Amino acid sequence: MDVSALIGGMMIGLSAAMLWVFNGRITGISGMIASLGDDQPPKRLPFLVGLIATGWVISLVSATPEPATGGWIMALLSGTLVGFGTFLANGCTSGHAVCGISRLSVRSITSTVIFMLVAGITVYFKGL
Amino acid sequence: MQSITSLISGILFAIGLSISGMTDPAKVTGFLDVTGAWDPSLAWVMIGAIAVFASAFWGFKKSRPVLAPAFNPPKSGMKVDGRLIAGSAIFGVGWGLSGICPGPAVVNAASGNAVYLLFALAMAVTLVVGRRVTHGQAGHASDGRVEDAKLA
Repeated sequence: MDVSALIGGMMIGLSAAMLWVFNGRITGISGMIASLGDDQPPKRLPFLVGLIATGWVISLVSATPEPATGGWIMALLSGTLVGFGTFLANGCTSGHAVCGISRLSVRSITSTVIFMLVAGITVYFKGL
Repeated sequence: MQSITSLISGILFAIGLSISGMTDPAKVTGFLDVTGAWDPSLAWVMIGAIAVFASAFWGFKKSRPVLAPAFNPPKSGMKVDGRLIAGSAIFGVGWGLSGICPGPAVVNAASGNAVYLLFALAMAVTLVVGRRVTHGQAGHASDGRVEDAKLA
Protein backbone atom coordinates (compact mmCIF):
# COMPACT_ATOMS: atom_id res chain seq x y z
CA MET A 1 0.00 0.00 0.00
CA ASP A 2 1.17 3.52 -0.81
CA VAL A 3 0.39 5.47 2.37
CA SER A 4 1.00 8.95 0.94
CA ALA A 5 -1.26 8.17 -2.05
CA LEU A 6 -3.99 6.94 0.32
CA ILE A 7 -3.70 9.94 2.68
CA GLY A 8 -3.57 12.39 -0.24
CA GLY A 9 -6.59 10.68 -1.77
CA MET A 10 -8.50 10.92 1.50
CA MET A 11 -7.72 14.64 1.66
CA ILE A 12 -9.09 15.04 -1.87
CA GLY A 13 -12.18 13.15 -0.73
CA LEU A 14 -12.46 15.34 2.37
CA SER A 15 -12.20 18.48 0.25
CA ALA A 16 -15.00 17.25 -2.02
CA ALA A 17 -17.05 16.10 1.00
CA MET A 18 -16.75 19.55 2.53
CA LEU A 19 -17.95 21.33 -0.60
CA TRP A 20 -20.88 18.91 -0.81
CA VAL A 21 -21.93 18.89 2.84
CA PHE A 22 -21.57 22.65 3.39
CA ASN A 23 -22.28 24.17 -0.03
CA GLY A 24 -24.18 21.32 -1.69
CA ARG A 25 -21.87 21.36 -4.69
CA ILE A 26 -19.89 18.79 -6.63
CA THR A 27 -16.14 19.37 -6.83
CA GLY A 28 -15.32 19.51 -10.52
CA ILE A 29 -12.15 21.36 -11.43
CA SER A 30 -12.70 21.56 -15.18
CA GLY A 31 -16.25 22.85 -14.62
CA MET A 32 -15.02 25.48 -12.17
CA ILE A 33 -12.44 26.71 -14.68
CA ALA A 34 -15.03 26.76 -17.48
CA SER A 35 -17.37 28.79 -15.25
CA LEU A 36 -14.81 31.63 -15.29
CA GLY A 37 -16.34 32.40 -18.70
CA ASP A 38 -19.87 32.77 -17.35
CA ASP A 39 -21.53 36.17 -17.34
CA GLN A 40 -22.18 36.23 -13.61
CA PRO A 41 -19.13 35.94 -11.36
CA PRO A 42 -18.58 32.26 -10.56
CA LYS A 43 -19.60 31.32 -7.05
CA ARG A 44 -16.75 28.94 -6.52
CA LEU A 45 -13.94 31.31 -7.37
CA PRO A 46 -12.68 30.97 -3.75
CA PHE A 47 -11.97 27.28 -4.40
CA LEU A 48 -9.73 28.15 -7.35
CA VAL A 49 -8.05 30.89 -5.31
CA GLY A 50 -7.31 28.31 -2.59
CA LEU A 51 -6.02 25.85 -5.18
CA ILE A 52 -3.69 28.40 -6.80
CA ALA A 53 -2.45 29.98 -3.55
CA THR A 54 -1.72 26.57 -2.05
CA GLY A 55 0.00 25.46 -5.26
CA TRP A 56 2.25 28.49 -4.98
CA VAL A 57 3.07 27.78 -1.30
CA ILE A 58 3.80 24.12 -2.14
CA SER A 59 6.26 25.29 -4.83
CA LEU A 60 8.13 27.24 -2.14
CA VAL A 61 8.58 24.27 0.16
CA SER A 62 9.08 21.45 -2.34
CA ALA A 63 10.43 20.99 -5.86
CA THR A 64 7.85 21.22 -8.65
CA PRO A 65 7.65 17.83 -10.43
CA GLU A 66 9.37 17.63 -13.81
CA PRO A 67 6.90 18.14 -16.72
CA ALA A 68 6.45 15.34 -19.26
CA THR A 69 8.74 15.30 -22.30
CA GLY A 70 7.86 17.27 -25.42
CA GLY A 71 8.44 20.84 -24.28
CA TRP A 72 6.27 23.81 -25.23
CA ILE A 73 4.54 22.26 -28.24
CA MET A 74 3.50 19.21 -26.22
CA ALA A 75 2.29 21.40 -23.34
CA LEU A 76 0.17 23.47 -25.71
CA LEU A 77 -1.21 20.40 -27.49
CA SER A 78 -1.94 18.31 -24.41
CA GLY A 79 -3.37 21.29 -22.48
CA THR A 80 -5.76 21.99 -25.34
CA LEU A 81 -6.78 18.32 -25.55
CA VAL A 82 -7.42 18.16 -21.78
CA GLY A 83 -9.44 21.38 -21.95
CA PHE A 84 -11.50 20.37 -24.99
CA GLY A 85 -12.04 16.80 -23.79
CA THR A 86 -13.19 17.78 -20.29
CA PHE A 87 -15.38 20.51 -21.79
CA LEU A 88 -17.16 17.96 -24.01
CA ALA A 89 -17.34 15.33 -21.27
CA ASN A 90 -18.52 17.93 -18.72
CA GLY A 91 -16.01 16.74 -16.17
CA CYS A 92 -12.59 15.37 -15.40
CA THR A 93 -10.82 13.27 -12.79
CA SER A 94 -12.49 15.12 -9.90
CA GLY A 95 -16.06 15.55 -11.13
CA HIS A 96 -16.33 12.18 -12.90
CA ALA A 97 -13.79 9.82 -11.31
CA VAL A 98 -14.02 10.89 -7.66
CA CYS A 99 -17.48 12.45 -7.21
CA GLY A 100 -19.29 10.70 -10.08
CA ILE A 101 -18.18 7.17 -9.21
CA SER A 102 -19.08 7.84 -5.55
CA ARG A 103 -22.57 8.92 -6.67
CA LEU A 104 -22.79 5.78 -8.87
CA SER A 105 -23.45 8.00 -11.91
CA VAL A 106 -23.54 5.90 -15.09
CA ARG A 107 -22.22 8.87 -17.11
CA SER A 108 -19.26 9.34 -14.79
CA ILE A 109 -18.40 5.65 -14.59
CA THR A 110 -18.51 5.46 -18.41
CA SER A 111 -16.38 8.58 -18.75
CA THR A 112 -13.78 7.37 -16.23
CA VAL A 113 -13.42 3.95 -17.87
CA ILE A 114 -12.94 5.61 -21.28
CA PHE A 115 -10.44 8.29 -20.26
CA MET A 116 -8.37 5.86 -18.16
CA LEU A 117 -8.32 3.33 -21.01
CA VAL A 118 -7.43 5.92 -23.66
CA ALA A 119 -4.80 7.50 -21.39
CA GLY A 120 -3.22 4.06 -20.87
CA ILE A 121 -3.16 3.42 -24.63
CA THR A 122 -1.67 6.90 -25.20
CA VAL A 123 1.12 6.25 -22.68
CA TYR A 124 1.82 2.93 -24.40
CA PHE A 125 2.19 4.56 -27.83
CA LYS A 126 4.16 7.53 -26.51
CA GLY A 127 6.60 5.08 -24.93
CA LEU A 128 7.26 3.21 -28.19
CA MET B 1 -19.79 31.66 4.57
CA GLN B 2 -19.90 29.52 1.42
CA SER B 3 -16.85 31.40 0.16
CA ILE B 4 -14.88 30.35 3.24
CA THR B 5 -15.78 26.65 2.99
CA SER B 6 -15.04 26.82 -0.73
CA LEU B 7 -11.62 28.38 -0.06
CA ILE B 8 -10.73 25.79 2.60
CA SER B 9 -11.90 23.04 0.28
CA GLY B 10 -9.58 24.37 -2.46
CA ILE B 11 -6.64 24.47 -0.06
CA LEU B 12 -7.28 20.88 1.08
CA PHE B 13 -7.64 19.75 -2.52
CA ALA B 14 -4.26 21.18 -3.54
CA ILE B 15 -2.49 19.61 -0.55
CA GLY B 16 -4.19 16.28 -1.24
CA LEU B 17 -3.16 16.33 -4.91
CA SER B 18 0.42 17.13 -3.98
CA ILE B 19 0.77 14.52 -1.19
CA SER B 20 -0.88 11.82 -3.29
CA GLY B 21 1.51 12.17 -6.24
CA MET B 22 -1.19 13.28 -8.70
CA THR B 23 0.81 16.43 -9.53
CA ASP B 24 3.83 14.36 -10.67
CA PRO B 25 3.56 13.50 -14.40
CA ALA B 26 6.15 10.70 -14.06
CA LYS B 27 4.08 9.05 -11.32
CA VAL B 28 0.82 9.47 -13.24
CA THR B 29 2.18 8.06 -16.50
CA GLY B 30 3.72 5.21 -14.44
CA PHE B 31 0.21 4.44 -13.19
CA LEU B 32 -1.22 4.58 -16.71
CA ASP B 33 1.59 2.45 -18.15
CA VAL B 34 -0.19 -0.85 -17.47
CA THR B 35 1.76 -2.79 -20.12
CA GLY B 36 5.15 -1.43 -19.03
CA ALA B 37 6.69 -0.75 -15.62
CA TRP B 38 3.27 -0.37 -13.99
CA ASP B 39 3.17 1.57 -10.72
CA PRO B 40 -0.27 0.83 -9.25
CA SER B 41 0.16 3.12 -6.21
CA LEU B 42 -2.10 5.89 -7.55
CA ALA B 43 -5.04 3.50 -7.32
CA TRP B 44 -4.91 4.31 -3.59
CA VAL B 45 -5.69 7.95 -4.38
CA MET B 46 -8.96 6.91 -5.98
CA ILE B 47 -9.75 4.44 -3.20
CA GLY B 48 -9.13 7.05 -0.48
CA ALA B 49 -10.96 9.87 -2.24
CA ILE B 50 -14.01 7.77 -3.17
CA ALA B 51 -14.22 6.18 0.30
CA VAL B 52 -14.38 9.60 2.00
CA PHE B 53 -16.60 11.39 -0.54
CA ALA B 54 -19.02 8.46 -0.97
CA SER B 55 -19.47 8.32 2.84
CA ALA B 56 -20.35 12.01 2.92
CA PHE B 57 -22.57 11.81 -0.17
CA TRP B 58 -24.64 8.81 0.92
CA GLY B 59 -24.49 9.69 4.63
CA PHE B 60 -26.10 13.09 4.02
CA LYS B 61 -28.49 11.81 1.35
CA LYS B 62 -31.59 12.56 3.40
CA SER B 63 -30.56 15.95 4.80
CA ARG B 64 -29.69 19.32 3.26
CA PRO B 65 -26.40 21.21 2.98
CA VAL B 66 -25.28 23.16 6.06
CA LEU B 67 -24.98 26.48 4.18
CA ALA B 68 -27.25 26.04 1.13
CA PRO B 69 -30.99 25.45 0.70
CA ALA B 70 -30.57 22.22 -1.27
CA PHE B 71 -28.03 19.83 -2.71
CA ASN B 72 -27.17 20.63 -6.29
CA PRO B 73 -26.18 17.46 -8.12
CA PRO B 74 -25.20 17.66 -11.82
CA LYS B 75 -28.11 18.19 -14.17
CA SER B 76 -26.74 15.98 -16.95
CA GLY B 77 -28.68 12.97 -15.67
CA MET B 78 -27.69 9.48 -16.70
CA LYS B 79 -27.64 9.77 -20.49
CA VAL B 80 -24.45 8.45 -22.06
CA ASP B 81 -24.05 10.18 -25.43
CA GLY B 82 -21.48 10.59 -28.17
CA ARG B 83 -20.35 13.88 -26.72
CA LEU B 84 -19.48 12.27 -23.37
CA ILE B 85 -17.65 9.39 -25.06
CA ALA B 86 -15.70 11.60 -27.49
CA GLY B 87 -14.82 14.11 -24.76
CA SER B 88 -13.62 11.41 -22.39
CA ALA B 89 -11.44 9.90 -25.13
CA ILE B 90 -9.93 13.28 -26.06
CA PHE B 91 -9.25 14.02 -22.40
CA GLY B 92 -7.61 10.58 -22.13
CA VAL B 93 -5.20 11.40 -24.97
CA GLY B 94 -4.23 14.72 -23.34
CA TRP B 95 -3.85 13.15 -19.90
CA GLY B 96 -1.76 10.29 -21.31
CA LEU B 97 0.54 12.67 -23.21
CA SER B 98 1.09 15.03 -20.27
CA GLY B 99 0.35 13.06 -17.09
CA ILE B 100 -1.58 16.14 -15.97
CA CYS B 101 -5.31 16.51 -15.38
CA PRO B 102 -7.06 19.84 -14.61
CA GLY B 103 -6.49 20.03 -10.82
CA PRO B 104 -2.74 19.30 -10.93
CA ALA B 105 -2.44 21.64 -13.94
CA VAL B 106 -3.62 24.55 -11.78
CA VAL B 107 -1.51 23.54 -8.77
CA ASN B 108 1.68 23.09 -10.83
CA ALA B 109 1.12 26.26 -12.88
CA ALA B 110 0.98 28.22 -9.61
CA SER B 111 4.68 27.43 -9.17
CA GLY B 112 5.38 29.73 -12.12
CA ASN B 113 6.92 26.92 -14.18
CA ALA B 114 6.56 28.01 -17.84
CA VAL B 115 5.63 24.59 -19.24
CA TYR B 116 2.83 24.09 -16.69
CA LEU B 117 1.67 27.68 -17.17
CA LEU B 118 1.37 27.11 -20.91
CA PHE B 119 -0.49 23.84 -20.35
CA ALA B 120 -2.89 25.40 -17.84
CA LEU B 121 -3.48 28.44 -20.03
CA ALA B 122 -4.25 26.32 -23.12
CA MET B 123 -6.59 24.17 -21.02
CA ALA B 124 -8.36 27.10 -19.35
CA VAL B 125 -8.83 29.06 -22.60
CA THR B 126 -10.29 25.98 -24.30
CA LEU B 127 -12.68 25.35 -21.40
CA VAL B 128 -13.81 28.97 -21.17
CA VAL B 129 -14.23 29.41 -24.93
CA GLY B 130 -16.10 26.11 -25.13
CA ARG B 131 -18.45 27.19 -22.38
CA ARG B 132 -19.07 30.60 -23.92
CA VAL B 133 -19.67 29.29 -27.43
CA THR B 134 -22.25 26.77 -26.24
CA HIS B 135 -23.68 29.07 -23.57
CA GLY B 136 -27.41 28.69 -23.17
CA GLN B 137 -27.67 25.70 -25.48
CA ALA B 138 -30.08 22.99 -24.43
CA GLY B 139 -28.56 19.87 -23.01
CA HIS B 140 -25.46 21.63 -21.89
CA ALA B 141 -25.12 21.10 -18.19
CA SER B 142 -21.98 20.04 -16.44
CA ASP B 143 -21.41 17.02 -14.25
CA GLY B 144 -18.96 19.04 -12.25
CA ARG B 145 -21.01 22.20 -12.06
CA VAL B 146 -24.43 23.28 -11.04
CA GLU B 147 -26.60 26.06 -12.36
CA ASP B 148 -26.37 29.10 -10.16
CA ALA B 149 -29.81 30.10 -11.38
CA LYS B 150 -31.29 27.14 -9.58
CA LEU B 151 -30.17 28.54 -6.26
CA ALA B 152 -31.02 32.14 -6.97
